[in-house]
Amino acid sequence: MDDKANGYWSATLGLLAKILVVWFLVSFGAGILFADALNGIMLGGYPLGFWFAHQGSIYIFIALIFFYAKKMGDIDRQFDVHEE
Amino acid sequence: MDLQTMTYLVVGASFALYIGIAIWARAGSTSEFYAAGGSVHPVLNGMATGADWMSAASFISMAGLISNMGYGGGLFLMGWTGGYVLLAMLLAPYLRKFGKFTVPQFIGDRFYSKTASTIAVICLLTASITYIIGQMTGVGVAFSRFLGVSNETGIYVGMGIVFAYAVFGGMKGITYTQVAQYVVLILAYTVPAVFISLQLTGNPLPQLGLGGNMVGTDVSLLSKLDQVVTDLGFGKYTTSTAGSTLNMFVYTMSLMIGTAGLPHVIMRFFTVPTVKDARSSAGWALVFIAILYTTAPAVAAMAKMNLIRTVTPGVVMQNTDPYTADAQIKYDERPEWMKRWEKTGLLKFEDKNGDGRIQYYNDKTKSDAVKAKAEAAGWKGNELTVNADIIVLANPEIALLPDWVIALVAAGGLAAALSTAAGLLMAISAAVSHDLVKGVFAPDISEKNELLAGKISMAVAIVIAGYLGLNPPGFAAGTVALAFGIAASSLFPAIMMGIFSKKMNKEGAMAGMLAGLFITLFYVFAHKGIFFIKGTDFVDMIGGPNSFFGITPEAFGAIGALVNFGVAFVVDKMTKEPPEHIQHMVEAVRIPRGSKMVDGAH
Repeated sequence: MDDKANGYWSATLGLLAKILVVWFLVSFGAGILFADALNGIMLGGYPLGFWFAHQGSIYIFIALIFFYAKKMGDIDRQFDVHEE
Repeated sequence: MDLQTMTYLVVGASFALYIGIAIWARAGSTSEFYAAGGSVHPVLNGMATGADWMSAASFISMAGLISNMGYGGGLFLMGWTGGYVLLAMLLAPYLRKFGKFTVPQFIGDRFYSKTASTIAVICLLTASITYIIGQMTGVGVAFSRFLGVSNETGIYVGMGIVFAYAVFGGMKGITYTQVAQYVVLILAYTVPAVFISLQLTGNPLPQLGLGGNMVGTDVSLLSKLDQVVTDLGFGKYTTSTAGSTLNMFVYTMSLMIGTAGLPHVIMRFFTVPTVKDARSSAGWALVFIAILYTTAPAVAAMAKMNLIRTVTPGVVMQNTDPYTADAQIKYDERPEWMKRWEKTGLLKFEDKNGDGRIQYYNDKTKSDAVKAKAEAAGWKGNELTVNADIIVLANPEIALLPDWVIALVAAGGLAAALSTAAGLLMAISAAVSHDLVKGVFAPDISEKNELLAGKISMAVAIVIAGYLGLNPPGFAAGTVALAFGIAASSLFPAIMMGIFSKKMNKEGAMAGMLAGLFITLFYVFAHKGIFFIKGTDFVDMIGGPNSFFGITPEAFGAIGALVNFGVAFVVDKMTKEPPEHIQHMVEAVRIPRGSKMVDGAH
C-alpha cells in the first residue's frame, strides 16, 4: 500500500513539475523576461512578446489545466485510487 | 427613449432576474447557505466562479489601467489568469478531498491547532476587506454614473444594495444568481468590444482586431497607437513596462499566488461533487474568465485610441499633427458623454491656456521634442483628467455606440461589482461565524445565532469597506491587487505546505503566516497609510517609495510569500514533528478515493 501511495504521489509531482515549467516559460519567460527579444517577431499586427503578455499565455493556461485534469485522471486509474 | 430611461430599464430588468433566481433557490440550512450542498455541475460552477472572480476590478477598472499602462498592464492579464493553473493543480483537488467548508477549517485541522485557525481567519479578513474596499471604489464609479450623482453618493447607495443582496441569499442563491450575472456581464463586456473592433479594424473579434490593421489602411492598429501616443508624450504602448522588469515579474507572481490563496475563490471548489470535478472546474472557470480577459487588452488599446480621437479628431484617421492650432476640439463642442461623466467628478477639464480647446497629452514627458512642440503650440499643461476607472464604462459612449449598449454596460458593471462583493462577504461571514465564533469562542452556538453572527459581520465589513472606499488607496484594480498580495503572502504558503509537506508542523505554519502577513502589511501600510487611513503613511521611514528594489506595494506579496516559506521552514526544523495521525491525514488528502460530501461538523 505504501509503495503504491508513493508511486502515485511521485507520478503526480512529476506531472506538476512538467506543467509548471510550461506555465513559467509562457508567462514569466515569453511574456516578461524575453518579451523585448520576442517583440522583434510579428504575429499579424502583434509584436510576439506583447502577444504572450496580453493574449497567448491565457490560452496556454487553459490548455494546461485541461491537460492536467486529463492526465491526473489517467494516473488515478493507473494506481487504482480513482473515485468510484 | 432617452439614455437615462433606457439605463434604468436594462439595469432594472437584470436586477429583477437576479432577485427572481435568489427567491427560487432560497437558502435553507447552514450547509446550503455556505456551500450549496455540494451539488453544482462543473460547467455551471465554472461560470459562477467566473462571475464571482470577475469583479469591479476586472470589469470596470482593469482595461482602464491597461489603457494607461500599455504592455505593462499585461501583469493583470497574466496574473489574474495564471493563478488558476496553480489553484487547479496545487490546491483545489486536495481541499475538495479534505471536505470542509472553509480555509481556516483546513488550516486548523491540518495544523491541529485552534490558534492556527484563528491566525488564518485574521489573514482571510485582512485580505477580504482590502478586496472589498477596491470593490466599493468600483461600485461607487458604477452607481455614480448610473444615477448621475457624485462618486461619494454612489458609494453610499452601493453599500446599501450590496448588503441587502448578500444577506438575502446564501451561496446557493448566489451560485445560480451568479450564472445569470456572468451572462449579463460577459455580454456587457464583449458586445461593445465587437462594435468598436469593427469600427476601427473591420474585424468583429476583438482578439483578432487588436492584431489587425486600421480599417482601410495597411497600418496595424498597435503600430498606429504606438505612434499616436508617443506623439503626445506618453510611453510607447506595446513596450512600456510596469516600473521595471523585476517589478513586473514579482507583481505578476503576487497576483498569481494570491489568486490561489483567496478564500472566496477556494470556497468555490468545495461546492463540486468530486475531486475529479474540482480539477476540471478550475479549467472551466478559466475558460469563462478568459473570454473577458482576452477581450480586455483590445478594449484597453481601442479605448485609448478612441479617447485621443475624440479630443483630436484628425489624428487617428487622417494623420493630422495634434499640435496644429485647430486640431483639438473646443470644450463647448465636447460630446455628451464628457458632460455626463463630469457630473461624477471623475472626468475633469481645466482650460490652462485659456484657448477654449481641450489639450490632452503627457505634460510630464521626458521627450524634449514633445515639450518643444507643446510649447510652440502654446500649451500650458494637460487639461483633461480622465479617471482610469471610468474607461470601460465610458468606452461605448466614447465610441458613440447605440444607447442600449451603454445601458447594457452599466448593468454589467453593477453585476460584476455586486457578485464579487457578495462572494467576499460570504467568505467573511463564514470565517467569523463558523471558524471564529463557533470554532473558538462559542462551540455550542445554535444554527440560528451562527447565521446571525455571519450577517452582523457582513454589515460591519461593508461599513468599514465603504468608509475606506471613499478615500481609496488607489484605483479599484490597484487596491484589489493589494488584497491579492496579502492573500499570497499569508494563506497560500500555509495551505500549500499543508498539502505538499507531511512534516510541516503547527509552529512553522503559524510563524510563517504571521511573518508573511506582517512584512507585507508593513510595506503596504508604509505607502498607503496604517489600515489605509490617509495621512498615516510612513514611507520616509523605509527610505522613500518603492525602496525595496523598486518594488511597488501592490507587487510585494510575492516577497511576503517567500518570507512566509522561509520562516516556516526554519521554525519547522527547530520544533518537533507533527503527530502521526496528522501525517496520515495528509496522505489521505492526496488520494482522490474516498472523497465524500462536504461536512461542516468538527
